[in-house]
Formats: sequence, structure tokens, C-alpha cells
Amino acid sequence: MDTLLQQLINGLTLGAVYALVALGYTMVYGIIGLINFAHGEVVMIGTMVAFTVIVSLAGSGMPPLLILGIGLLVAVLACMILGWALERVAYRPLRHAPRLTPLITAIGMSIVLQNVAMIIWGRNYITFPPMINKEIFEVGGASFTNVQVAIVCLAALVMLGLTYLVQRTRIGMAMRATAQNPHVALLMGVDINRVIAMAFIIGSALGALAGCMVGSYYEIAHYQMGFMLGLKAFTAAVLGGIGNMAGAMAGGLLLGIIEALGAGYIGDLTGDFLGSHYQDIFAFVVLIIVLMFRPSGLFGERTGDRA
Amino acid sequence: MLEVSGLRVSYGGIQAVRGITFHVNEGEMVALIGANGAGKSSTLRALSRLLDPAGGSVRYRGKELLALPPHGLVAEGIALVPEGRGVFPRMTSLENLYMGAYARNDKAAIARDLEHVLGLFPRLKERAQQVAGTLSGGEQQMLAIGRALMSKPRLLLLDEPSMGLAPIMVQKIFEVIRAVASEGMTILLVEQNAKLALEVSQRGYVMESGEITVTDESNKLLADPKVRAAYLGE
Ligand SMILES: Nc1ncnc2c1ncn2[C@@H]1O[C@H](COP(=O)(O)OP(=O)(O)OP(=O)(O)O)[C@@H](O)[C@H]1O
Ligand SMILES: [Mg+2]
Repeated sequence: MDTLLQQLINGLTLGAVYALVALGYTMVYGIIGLINFAHGEVVMIGTMVAFTVIVSLAGSGMPPLLILGIGLLVAVLACMILGWALERVAYRPLRHAPRLTPLITAIGMSIVLQNVAMIIWGRNYITFPPMINKEIFEVGGASFTNVQVAIVCLAALVMLGLTYLVQRTRIGMAMRATAQNPHVALLMGVDINRVIAMAFIIGSALGALAGCMVGSYYEIAHYQMGFMLGLKAFTAAVLGGIGNMAGAMAGGLLLGIIEALGAGYIGDLTGDFLGSHYQDIFAFVVLIIVLMFRPSGLFGERTGDRA
Repeated sequence: MLEVSGLRVSYGGIQAVRGITFHVNEGEMVALIGANGAGKSSTLRALSRLLDPAGGSVRYRGKELLALPPHGLVAEGIALVPEGRGVFPRMTSLENLYMGAYARNDKAAIARDLEHVLGLFPRLKERAQQVAGTLSGGEQQMLAIGRALMSKPRLLLLDEPSMGLAPIMVQKIFEVIRAVASEGMTILLVEQNAKLALEVSQRGYVMESGEITVTDESNKLLADPKVRAAYLGE
């Protein structure tokens, strides 16, 4: 019983991170139909930038929370610029190319970013300096830290804000209109290029935030970390129905929970033949099952929209 | 108000519009009729900059339209109701109408125009919160016209508003088009239903394989034996 609760808590934390990253995939896909495979690397760069800022401020005598806040802010800004630049330099020139072309470019950009990160931050694991004094809370036999609470609350807040932005503001209306019918959105006076750039910028900001969360949760970073994280978040986006924002949020949480439960019970299930370090396989089992049985995802866009 | 000269549109190697010249005067309703594939929609798409024409010029109130960025047209007062309506399927009717006013920021006037549009199409008022993708074809056409009107256009381009609609619905839609025209709106109406288009318009152009072959006042076109034979099914 205590394992179940414990794994649910861990899954929720992980799921919040996946959801934020999945939103970046789904927003871009929803608007231009591109799977931005470099998004995982944007998240990684976010983690690395935050790491650098935090380490260089660590001896300055500033309060740790302030340092953490500055690190987060710089990472978010850096990734917004990176996301904007990616779209501008790599994808915009290919807007009218066959669909495979930008996809391959995305994979290329992902490799480029990984290598740039390797040159700047090296090949080794980097320990993320713990800025928050960890407090541990116990509930019903399960324990969680204040870092986990912060991650889940911050993610929830950001997702609420994003939902408000997309549903209620002018730019959000323009984004939805562009996703549903770009030609007609253009007729209404929507500057499509601006909307597409916004999708990249917002998605990258969310990615940077998620990167900082991962960094402070695992207290470790690596130039290849974006690959697995990106792939899992992509799985979450597909699980929820790629292109659907509510789906990305739900898919992220669900995947986090599936993965944590899987990791918690895989030993029991296989008679300790497989240990919890096999937790990564669950994401891919989920991906394969979804693609086989429900490729449009749980909240998939129904086809057959008239218009 | 609108002067088109030598307009050409091609898709790859196919020439869909072969250098057509026509004009629309302020306050006038002009019909552009022709068979399937004549190039009517391509003409409207070029005018509204959904595609870049291969050549020609489009002067509107003294300005060269082809020099503007596509998303800037609506601010100049040009609105297109596209063929097949093009409603935003997962937005409500109301949100679709507000999208029509996207390029405006005169809140009070937008609210007034919304009342006006809902007055023209009471059905849309009943369906205000319904997602547009689930509206009937006729309701979607009303919504598409209403949305175009929400941009407060001076020139309204209509692409086959009667397409796929039951006769009663066509009648309703055309009543509104007439009403809008009588308020002084300049309208370029593309229709396959030539009889209907020529009945409501003052002048007409007949398009055949990418070229304008006949032009005259609408009532004269209606009486023209050749036009009657080719487009009015006689
Ligand atoms: N996207 C496209 N790619 C290639 N050819 C096209 C495209 N759109 C239209 N055409 C061709 O251009 C020609 C004119 O098409 P257009 O849609 O302008 O005709 P139309 O007069 O509006 O016909 P309809 O009454 O059937 O709507 C047709 O031969 C059509 O096949
Ligand atoms: Mg047509």
C-alpha cells in the first residue's frame, strides 16, 4: 500500500515535468504539423544554463532561493531565444518543403545542440548544486520533499496560466485559429509567422522550466539528457493526442504515473529479474500500444470536421 | 474601387487564370460566373492574397494590393468568404465572429457590429455557444458571412455562398446579401448559380477557362441567348 502511494507521488512529480515538455511538442505540432525533435535539447540547454548561472552565483552570498529564481529566469529567457532562433533559422525556410524535410532538419538540430552542449559543458555528468534545503514530509507511509511540492505546484500554475492565455487572450485566439485553419486565419489578419514564432517561444519557455525542475529533482544534468526526456514527453503528447494541449497535460501526468508504478512493481512482477532501472521501457511500451490501438491518442482530434 | 488588370494565376504548370481585367465600382454588386474550373476561386484567392498571382496588378482605392503583406488586407477593408466557408471548426460561433474582428481594436464598435450581424442572422444568436464544426452547412455559411462582416469591410468577396445548400437556405442567405448590399457594401460575388447571381447583381463577368469572355449589365446577360444556353441551362 505504501509503495502505491509513494509511486503515485513520484509519478505525479515526473508527470508534471513530462506535461510541460509535452506541451512544447504539441503546440508546435498543432500549428505547423512538425514534430520538433530538437525540443528535448532545448530542455537540456535550459537545465545547463540554469546550472551555470546557479553555480556562478553560489558564492555570492545571495539567498539561495533568489539564486534559484535568477537561474530559472535566465534559463527561460535563453530558451525562448533559442526556440525563436530554431524556428527562424532551421524551420521557416522549409515551411513549404515536403513534410519529411523539416523532420530531418529537426533531428539534425537536435544533434547540433547536443554537440554544442557537449563542447560547452563537457561529457561528464554535472551535479546540480542543491539550492533548497530539502525537507521531507511523511504521509501515510509515503514521503515526499518540498522540491516535489514546488515542482507540482509550479507546473500546475503554469499550465493554468497557459490555458488562460490560449483560451482567453487575443494571441491565444490567433494561435487556435491558425491551428484550425491557417489560410482563413490569414484572411482575418493574423500574422501567421508571428503565431508560429510564439508557439516555439512559449514551448521553449515551458521546456526550460521543466529542465530546471528535472535538474533540481535529480540534482544531475548531462548533455544527452534531452534525448530520453524529449522522447518520453513526445510519448506523453502522443498519448494525449498530439496537437491537443489538454491532452499533453493529461498524457504527461498519466505517463509519469504509469512509469512510476511500473518502476515500483517491475521487480515483483518479474520475480526481481528486472529492476527499477528498467523504468524507461514503460514509456516505450505505452508509445507502441498507443500507436497500435489509438494513434490519435486519448483526446485525439476527431476527424471529419466539417468546414 | 477595385481595378484588376492582367491578373494571372498558375499552379505549377497549369494556368488557371490567364490575364483577366475587370473592375468593381464603389457600392456596386458585381457577379463573376462560370463553369467548374473556370478560375473563379483562383481569382478571389489571388485578390485576397491567399496565393501569389503570377502576374498582373490589383489596384484598390488607388493602392497596389499585391505590395501588401497578406495579413494586412483585412485592415484595408477587404474580406473574403471563402469557398467551403472555412469556419474555425473547434471554436464557438461567437469566437468565430470575434475572429472576424481580429484586426480591429474599437471595442464599442465591435460590440455594435456583433449585434448587427446577429440581427441579420438570428440563427447564429441561438447557436452562439455551439462549436462551429457541428453547425449545419447553411449555418456555417451564415457564420462565414457574419465573420467577414465583423471585419467591417468596404469590399466583400463572396465565393459560392449557395454551394451545397437547400433552396430555402440559399434564399435566406441571398436575402442577407441583398440587405448588406442595400446598406452600400461593395460586393464581388462568385457563383455557379448564374441565374441567382445575375438577378441580385448590377453587372456581371463570364469566365471560361481562365479568361473573361463576356461582360455586361446583369439583366442584359440574363437575356443573352448565349449566356442562357451555357449557364442558365436552356
Ligand atoms: N491548388 C491547386 N493546385 C493545382 N491546380 C489547381 C489548384 N486549385 C485550382 N486548380 C485548378 O485551377 C483551375 C481553376 O480552379 P478554380 O478553383 O479557380 O475554379 P472555379 O472556377 O472556382 O471552379 P468551381 O466552380 O468548381 O469552384 C482548375 O482547373 C483547377 O483544377
Ligand atoms: Mg470555386
